[in-house]
Amino acid sequence: MKKVEKREPKNPMENILRMDRIPHIWCAGCGIGTVVTSFAEAIKKNKEDLDKLAVVSGIGCTGRVAGYVKLDSFHTTHGRAIPFATGLKLAKPDTKVVVFSGDGDLSGIGGNHLIHAARRNMDLLVICVNNFNYAMTGGQVASTTPLTANASTAPYGNYEYAFSLPYLAEAAGATYVARWTALHLRRVTKSIQEALNRKGFSFIEVITPCVTLYARRNRLGDGLNLLKYYYEQAEIIHGADTRTVDIDYQGKLIVGKFVEKDKPDYLTAMNNHFTNVLGDDYQLYGRINHEKD
Amino acid sequence: MKKVKADPKGVLTGAHYLDGDYAIAEGGLAAGCRFFGGYPITPSTETAEHFAGRIPKVGGIFIQMEDELASMASLIGAVWGGQKAMTVTSGPGFSLMMENIGLACMMEIPLVIANVQRGGPSTGLPTLTGQQDMMQAKWGSHGDYEIIALCPDSPQECFDLTIDAFNLSETYRVPVFVMTDECVGHMHEKVIIPPAEEIDVVERKWYTGPVGEYLPYKNDKDGIPFLARVGEGHRFHTTGLTHDERGYPVINAECQKVNVTHIIEKIRGNADKIIRIEENDTEGAEIVVISYGITSRVAVRAVQQAKKAGIKIGTLRLITAWPFPEKRIKQLAKKVKAFVFPEINYGQMVREVERASGNSCKVVSVPHCGGWVHDPQDILDAIKEAVK
Ligand SMILES: Cc1ncc(C[n+]2csc(CCOP(=O)(O)OP(=O)(O)O)c2C)c(N)n1
Ligand code: SF4
Ligand SMILES: [Mg+2]
Repeated sequence: MKKVEKREPKNPMENILRMDRIPHIWCAGCGIGTVVTSFAEAIKKNKEDLDKLAVVSGIGCTGRVAGYVKLDSFHTTHGRAIPFATGLKLAKPDTKVVVFSGDGDLSGIGGNHLIHAARRNMDLLVICVNNFNYAMTGGQVASTTPLTANASTAPYGNYEYAFSLPYLAEAAGATYVARWTALHLRRVTKSIQEALNRKGFSFIEVITPCVTLYARRNRLGDGLNLLKYYYEQAEIIHGADTRTVDIDYQGKLIVGKFVEKDKPDYLTAMNNHFTNVLGDDYQLYGRINHEKD
Repeated sequence: MKKVKADPKGVLTGAHYLDGDYAIAEGGLAAGCRFFGGYPITPSTETAEHFAGRIPKVGGIFIQMEDELASMASLIGAVWGGQKAMTVTSGPGFSLMMENIGLACMMEIPLVIANVQRGGPSTGLPTLTGQQDMMQAKWGSHGDYEIIALCPDSPQECFDLTIDAFNLSETYRVPVFVMTDECVGHMHEKVIIPPAEEIDVVERKWYTGPVGEYLPYKNDKDGIPFLARVGEGHRFHTTGLTHDERGYPVINAECQKVNVTHIIEKIRGNADKIIRIEENDTEGAEIVVISYGITSRVAVRAVQQAKKAGIKIGTLRLITAWPFPEKRIKQLAKKVKAFVFPEINYGQMVREVERASGNSCKVVSVPHCGGWVHDPQDILDAIKEAVK
């Protein structure tokens, strides 16, 4: 009989990453990989069923995450990861759906979808890697670029006001909102774990260095320096009023878990409502979501 | 291709008096569509409204998305989630859908988009008819690809062809358009919905191989890859980037050639099986009037009068606009004196007729800018001019 050798995975991420696609395209020192590590750690700690977990990304450096995770993974169009994920989730409610994408993708071109998915309390976890610019296309100004920061399309510095993403997400209806820097590995992991354990729209912003473009153009040192800098600038205030968490250029970063509240997610609300108004005429949809919150 | 009988839950068997928009919704339900992501736009909104009213009692999802970009994206997600999915729109919404229609072509996603056409460009004539998106249906997204487009000319056909649209989309893993117009969409006529056991539905070509070995773009014997859905252990990847059999990005000209050739040839190579036209009296005709949708009903009058005037005249109605029946047009071109082609646009599909007929016969366009159907007299005048 053939002896089945029990092999320890060489790389602890082997179960979760598509090793056949490594090396990845990210620059040395890029912070995106750090966030992916936290994500992998969170699904391991949570003992998530890897067969029932999907990742949807838009387009951008962060958008490439979908290509590297060994899960059902969907690399879609720029800005449309959230509505794609909405269709996926509603069609197969027993699958947990995570949207992993960049600040530009989620809050610039895709901003409308972000607020509407939050408003619906769609059962999605959105992990937003905020590197303050459009990295993939060469470091252009974004809806998140802090005032005065330099970008390739703001060569004399940015004069547009930026979104404060936690404030935006909360105002739109997100029921879980957190912000960390990429170096808060354990905190990011814990937030992802918490979000995966709940139902409803969760939004986690991770401030992440883009070493090649944003950092270089603004002379902010190498990736590790900037990673540390963001970490050191961070002040943890759980439950902070999201109206107070704006980000100034290279200024203080208020991080923490800002919002966590119970509210029926979209499918639960739909099933409850139709059951109330239609009674036996209603064909219950996606049973799993029908437990009362 | 596996055919099954329609799920009776979605089939409203009986004789009804429906408008085309409602009939499209019923066609979708009968075909097994259980996901509708839409955004209201005249003159298509009634389809969404009707679906929204019916679906809770059938079992499925209707969601009014925040815009048409979202509608299209949600459909593709829903198909990867295992559902059959559709949407409905009109000109401005159709334009917004284009990028993700390209994604559906690239990911090879079966889904159905009905366009109840109105006069354009831009906001144009929201409440009045047009057939001006026929070229957009074919070429509207960037890059090279093929789709299928069907053109119902009555509420009954709105029902029937929406089912066919789903069946074709599942057979070829391709987006299919139901290209109707405001007149047909808002016209009330008798629609017979047969019993479920008389409706053939093409089942999704599900992957049934070993878990974890699924290759989303490995062609089967018939050239069409299998579909799996999320959450079943395959842990597959798919992308809008040029990709290999595993769905992994490959950024070079060789792989691009394989991808593009495949998504085009799976339709062109099966064009004879897909194409449907309706011909009357084309044998021995000197004039053939080509038309589609509402215009084919308007043309009947002109054709009758031409017959009375002694003109040997036949008709050819495009039921599929895309793929275009160029072989048949080529054959007929050698026999007829002229084709006369009225359509409610400045001359779109007529270009295909010109292309297919070469210099074999005259091709007479009878354009109309939209807002109403042709005056049959204009078509008759064109026929009389063409026969000279
Ligand atoms: C419709 C469309 N417009 C523009 C682009 C070009 N584009 C690709 S990625 C990107 C920006 C991505 O920025 P972000 O989401 O912040 O991701 P990052 O690269 O910074 O991780 C842009 C503008 C595109 N792919 N599609
Ligand atoms: S360009 Fe910036 S965001 Fe993109 S991989 Fe390089 S460092 Fe990371
Ligand atoms: Mg960015």
